[in-house]
Amino acid sequence: MSLLAVRDLHVWFDLPHGGRLHAVQGITFEVEVGERLGLVGESGCGKTTALLALMGLLPPSAEVEGEVLIDGIEILRGGEDAMRPHRWTDIAMVFQGAMNALNPVKTVGSQIVEPMEFHGTATGAAAKREAGDLLQLVGIPASAADRYPHEFSGGMRQRAAIAMALACEPKVLLADEPTTALDVMVQAQILQLLVSLTHDLGLAVMLVTHDLPLVTQVCERAVVMYAGRTAESAPVDTLFHDPRHPYTRLLFAATPDLTGDSEVVSIPGAPPRLDRPLVGCPFASRCDRTFDRCRVDTPELVMVAARHQAACHLNDAEHAHEMDAATGGGAS
Amino acid sequence: MSATVAARPSGSLEGGADLLEVRDLVVRYPVRRGLMRALRREPRKFVSAVDGVSLSVRPGEMLAIVGESGCGKTSTAQAILRMVETTCGVIELGGRDITHLGAKDLRPVRRTMQMVYQDPYESLDPRFRVRRAVEEPMVIHGIGGSKGERERLVIEALERVELSPADLYVDRYPHELSGGQRQRVAIAASLVLHPKLLLADEPVSMLDVSVRAGILTLLDHLRRDGDMGIVMITHDLSTAAHFADRIAVMYLGRIVEEGSARQVIRDPQHPYTKALMSVVPKRDPRERTEPQILQGETPNPIDLPTGCRFHPRCPVAEERCSRIDPELRIARGTSGDVHRAACVLVSPG
Repeated sequence: MSLLAVRDLHVWFDLPHGGRLHAVQGITFEVEVGERLGLVGESGCGKTTALLALMGLLPPSAEVEGEVLIDGIEILRGGEDAMRPHRWTDIAMVFQGAMNALNPVKTVGSQIVEPMEFHGTATGAAAKREAGDLLQLVGIPASAADRYPHEFSGGMRQRAAIAMALACEPKVLLADEPTTALDVMVQAQILQLLVSLTHDLGLAVMLVTHDLPLVTQVCERAVVMYAGRTAESAPVDTLFHDPRHPYTRLLFAATPDLTGDSEVVSIPGAPPRLDRPLVGCPFASRCDRTFDRCRVDTPELVMVAARHQAACHLNDAEHAHEMDAATGGGAS
Repeated sequence: MSATVAARPSGSLEGGADLLEVRDLVVRYPVRRGLMRALRREPRKFVSAVDGVSLSVRPGEMLAIVGESGCGKTSTAQAILRMVETTCGVIELGGRDITHLGAKDLRPVRRTMQMVYQDPYESLDPRFRVRRAVEEPMVIHGIGGSKGERERLVIEALERVELSPADLYVDRYPHELSGGQRQRVAIAASLVLHPKLLLADEPVSMLDVSVRAGILTLLDHLRRDGDMGIVMITHDLSTAAHFADRIAVMYLGRIVEEGSARQVIRDPQHPYTKALMSVVPKRDPRERTEPQILQGETPNPIDLPTGCRFHPRCPVAEERCSRIDPELRIARGTSGDVHRAACVLVSPG
């Protein structure tokens, strides 16, 4: 049994002028204890919406469908009442830009104590002591608990935001673009911290980012999302060396590598609108391997190898040679 | 485009052919002091954002200035554009000293240096259609003549930034464009003045990964097609490695390493450059290496460390590093293609 299992998750938003936007169109993944899973995709592909759905934090205009199981217990169907006992205590999130959302008039320590007291996991002096321990865990001296956010550097504020998310000892940490506004060296420090948390606490971490190399460096497995769907899901080594969806290959090709001599090429076009019914493959208009079937038939996510899923018609037997020809160029 | 770390373009190698030459640039900002301190007549403190930077750019060349926030890379660009006052040092554009030009003389010079900003969501006026955004610089500088002539130049500039057919874009507002298209419009607006030098401050960091390469390739074509030089400011070594001819690595207001992109990336000399390179995420998981993570963050430039500015965080610092402030000197290469580093541990080889 997986620590966190998400099955066929859908999210729709009601648009103010009528119509509905299908932001997440059925994603499925599992996370094990101590595992680091990456969720990658361009802006607007539904990564953050999916995370907020897991946390039960979407606005009322959103309709969520699917299954979310923590330790085998379904938390989505029972609505807010079923979700509340698990939010922050089982599954916690570091929001994008959390480091800039700390309360400027309260000490960092008191902001870490707050969720503990709210959830009743610790109170008073014990909570204060735990806040100090948590700060130390994320690499900040416990004595800094009495300081205010403006006395912290960007990297320290991000560490404090992680400490806050860990206040109620969750099993799963969802980290949404945790390093986006940080310098490379501070980014490396934060990533090192996330890795050490999975080693030391057995915490499962979901790293959500648009930066594919970040995921291949830090995570064991990754889900590549496109237009609200899973395009491909595989261990990161497979993803780079044997991608079975052209989007994955093109995303890698669009990213400059420090020492690589390969050409850097952007992906033309833009993702499809999600407020209209999907016809064919959502990536068809931008793909370099599109053929007739892609424009009429939406590909299902299928197993292409052990622990490796992809949603692309090229994986069908009659086109397999074309995919091989394509990946040969991408992973070189 | 192949991954280019080409040598300097031929034909412009002779001395004095530099488009931009900056020597010993210092930019100091006063540090705000409280009322009480002012009344007590405590001496004003200054922070040296840029402290003795020399660099040059040749026509058709792209120089990348790489460093973390607070290293002085943006202040360097602003000083070159004369948007902040230079405390000391010399800035020469096309052989002419522009360091202390007055407002009137500066105006025609400004036309030849254009800036592309990081955030195309902020740098374009939301009330201006694309036509007006691109036309505006010509109106301000009084070029282009008639309205019809300006329209022709607008179309030409849009085609140059690959927004074609241009008719499709001229009547749009920024909110009707994607991030990549907005950045192209911003570039077009600087191209209509036919600048000799383009300063691009993190031109792709706000854009989606899938369109970044397109903008960088565009800048690459622009400087190769004409004689325009480009200074690209970036925190991303991978981007610099791929698109720049030369790389200057800055730390706390100084250039600590400078050379051709190929040399700096293949054979980094300064411990700071080595550490920066080790933490750049690699695409291939099999190339995962143990990152050399520097602890702490860049120190406050108000209280600079003694000796080498990097020594408190340097993994290989020796006792003398806290005393000796190393000069930027030749570490590798010969006169044509030198590779400099500012570290006492680097011996010329």
